Amino acid sequence: MSNKMHINLTVNGEAHEFLAEPRELLIYTLRERLNITGPHIGCETSHCGACTVTLNGKSVKACTMFIAQANGADVTTIEGIGSPDNLHVLQKSFREHHGLQCGYCTPGMITRASKLLEENPNPTEEEVRFGMAGNMCRCTGYQNIVKSILAAASEMNAAKEAAE
Amino acid sequence: MKDLTDDQKERSANLKGMGCSRKRVEDARFTQGKGNYVDDIKLPGMLHGDFVRSPYAHARIKSIDVSKAMALDGVVAVLTAADLAPLSLHWMPTLAGDKQMVLADGKVLFQGQEVAFVVAKNRFIAADAVELVEVDYEELPVIVDPFEALQSDVVLREDIADKKEGAHGPRKHHNHIFTWEVGQEAETNDVISNADVVATETVYYHRTHPCPLETCGSVASMDKVNGKLTVWGTFQAPHVVRTVASLLSGIEEHNIRVISPDIGGGFGNKVGVYPGYVCSIVASIVTGVPVKWIEDRMENLMSTSFARDYWMTGKIAATKEGKITGLHCHVTADHGAFDACADPTKFPAGFMNICTGSYDIPTAYLAVDGVYTNKAPGGVAYRCSFRVTEAVYFIERMIEVLAIELNMDAAELRRINFIKKEQFPYQSALGWEYDSGDYHTAWDKALKAVDYEGLRKEQADRIEAFKRGETRSLMGIGLSFFTEIVGAGPVKNCDILGMGMFDSCEIRIHPTGSAIARLGTISQGQGHATTFAQILASEIGLPADSITIEEGDTDTAPYGLGTYGSRSTPVAGAATAMAGRKIRAKAQMIAAYLLEVHDNDVEWDIDRFVVKGAPERFKTMKEIAYAAYNQAIPGVEPGLEAVSYYDPPNMTYPFGAYVCVMDIDVDTGVQTIRKFYALDDCGTRINPMIIEGQVHGGLTEALAVALGQEIAYDKMGNVKTGTFMDFFLPTAWEVPNYITDHTVTPSPHHPIGAKGVGESPHVGGVPCFSNAVNDAFRAFGLRHTHMPHDHWRIWQTANKLGLHG
Repeated sequence: MSNKMHINLTVNGEAHEFLAEPRELLIYTLRERLNITGPHIGCETSHCGACTVTLNGKSVKACTMFIAQANGADVTTIEGIGSPDNLHVLQKSFREHHGLQCGYCTPGMITRASKLLEENPNPTEEEVRFGMAGNMCRCTGYQNIVKSILAAASEMNAAKEAAE
Repeated sequence: MKDLTDDQKERSANLKGMGCSRKRVEDARFTQGKGNYVDDIKLPGMLHGDFVRSPYAHARIKSIDVSKAMALDGVVAVLTAADLAPLSLHWMPTLAGDKQMVLADGKVLFQGQEVAFVVAKNRFIAADAVELVEVDYEELPVIVDPFEALQSDVVLREDIADKKEGAHGPRKHHNHIFTWEVGQEAETNDVISNADVVATETVYYHRTHPCPLETCGSVASMDKVNGKLTVWGTFQAPHVVRTVASLLSGIEEHNIRVISPDIGGGFGNKVGVYPGYVCSIVASIVTGVPVKWIEDRMENLMSTSFARDYWMTGKIAATKEGKITGLHCHVTADHGAFDACADPTKFPAGFMNICTGSYDIPTAYLAVDGVYTNKAPGGVAYRCSFRVTEAVYFIERMIEVLAIELNMDAAELRRINFIKKEQFPYQSALGWEYDSGDYHTAWDKALKAVDYEGLRKEQADRIEAFKRGETRSLMGIGLSFFTEIVGAGPVKNCDILGMGMFDSCEIRIHPTGSAIARLGTISQGQGHATTFAQILASEIGLPADSITIEEGDTDTAPYGLGTYGSRSTPVAGAATAMAGRKIRAKAQMIAAYLLEVHDNDVEWDIDRFVVKGAPERFKTMKEIAYAAYNQAIPGVEPGLEAVSYYDPPNMTYPFGAYVCVMDIDVDTGVQTIRKFYALDDCGTRINPMIIEGQVHGGLTEALAVALGQEIAYDKMGNVKTGTFMDFFLPTAWEVPNYITDHTVTPSPHHPIGAKGVGESPHVGGVPCFSNAVNDAFRAFGLRHTHMPHDHWRIWQTANKLGLHG
């Protein structure tokens, strides 16, 4: 058996400490060890983005990151982005604009979009399409996903202006 | 219909019934990461299964040594065909009347074929153990070309080599599966021999894959104490899976519970029964604990079902004015190693005989030859009704080729051949009765919307500019007009493994005026929980928000044939309306009793029964529901429930008119979609928001197939497109915004006039994109070039036409 590593990981604000084989992939740590099943597995080759999480402030595809590489990291998944009583603007916007169908890509999609809007709070349609190109969807044809993200950006900017 | 009063309008709006863009009830869980897909299921003590797969496309298995794998800590079992044979489970029946190996029995017939099933404590150990199974192969000659297969001495299917007769009639060769013929051969040949003009072309619709974002998988749990088997899986047809599981395992059907939880897209991939499902069930029976099997993406693309792979040769005859007089079509269908096509039993080539399209073609003949090769089995309907995209692609390419032959505008050629509105119901030369249509209106609306004449003028100007050397970009105008055939289907001629293709709905109204309805279908993203509640809201007058829709659990839902071939709305949607009407009929009796009038003296008014001529006297459905549970009504049983099993009298025939405007860079082969206009007529529209979403998605899958997506093999039978690096799935970056439009021609035989829409955009979209590419080069002498039109192939086309100077 491989040697196990001592891992510290913070997920959605909660600290976890455990022993794991270094080759364990982050997506399995989340889904099987921690029962955080929002992020999904679509390809295991970093292409589809169904497994997207935010790790130390960056969008990361959890299907191709070893837990050894994630040791000490701070991870946010879809479960940490909003709560039933306090949904993220994107979560509401995807519903409002029919930005999802089967729902399988949605957690990764919204997680990535939330990061995109932090990086670029006022994106053009082209910037949204480019910034979301690492997340694949087989159902929607992206048109309503793009619409959902642009609408969320407007709403977030309007709220920010109102607050200022 | 009389105008509604303000009060009626308000009550109607409160129901959120048919016709409104109700927001989806599914979205709350999906946007918060709380969906429940198969791989999210975790049971105590659950083991994980993984396959040893063949690296060869054709080889004899000399030996399998599992000892090293079994010695690995954490491995519980390794199953091979030898272990399954005593249970007669090493082979299983396919939906197409053939049989297929569950685990390789003596030889392998395609790369990626399942050879052994490893069961271990977790998926990492299972993957390690797969590497430790030693299989000794002896390579055999590989055939990946169906035409070569029909000439070759190499016998692929040794198990049936001497069988002259298959499930669909005589076999002509040891690698031949069936010949399926429809129409009048002699008459068609006669028309073609005597025609003014005949256009001939071979159109290849390449092999591809439905590729939902969630791969296939299952979790089987055999409870030996109670004798109950529960199977969760990615099943588009859970009830059929239960029946098949019972027939294969010998476990009585009432002791099997099949559950389709949330499904991450299907598109036809999840209709079939795959070795992984069978092995997870067997492994759970053997080990007595739950066993999960989840395929990875490469396994998905290599083994669980392909789509298309049709070589279609057509001859289309016309008068010199362009009136089509006859159509001849021959298909060589590459079915891979086993005939595992997912078609209704009597249709070995699906509904390929819809290939006369939207045109009034008096004489036609179709013959399809199915052939075995060393490729993966499947032949599923990828986002279309059975083989309908093949048929529509064929006729829409033949129309374009005929237009070239006649030197005619392809839009005009379509117009003069459309079936006319007054000809419906229309009997086609290949045996279908089209229910309703108004093609001319749709076509005119579409051409006007895109300014077709203006586009053609711009294209002509561009060609001149190109010839003058002022631009290196050409412009293609892609046209397509399609007629789908969906909603399979009438039990008299449609069945899957003997099960008639009806569907069902069961409704229970609760005392406080809310309800649950269960259906035999299963949503994979289509939003059934939203739209079926809308149908019911309009039928029974309770708000859609008060109606729960449940599908996919065979212990609770009535038997149904599942969701594929755009059949949910045409069949289960009809069952829902009919069950709703039974509820209303009983409600009428209850209302009349409560209002102390005769049954015939009350009438339905949106959400209530009112006394005729005295609208102030009424009982709402909510009041009626309560009365059904607390009043002793003479001659009326307590409760308010209904069930309907709906056997559709006919298929439904959605149609549409699409136009694509594409710019092509001749020097790089890069295509840019400048505009895409899609007019769909799916009959009565239940939820316009969802319809538009389906159209966007279907068009994008069409774009993928037409412009790059393929399952390609080399001559050794190696899959060259086994990951997303090679298998094209468009991202947001490659996809345009689509313009959607509609006309409404209700189905005359459907209770609410709905026809189904999920697959239309794929069916109509593929020829539209392809026609745009072909059209761009028409002025330079191109007649036809095969899909997929990726940059490399477009560059080659330009190069062959001498456009690179």
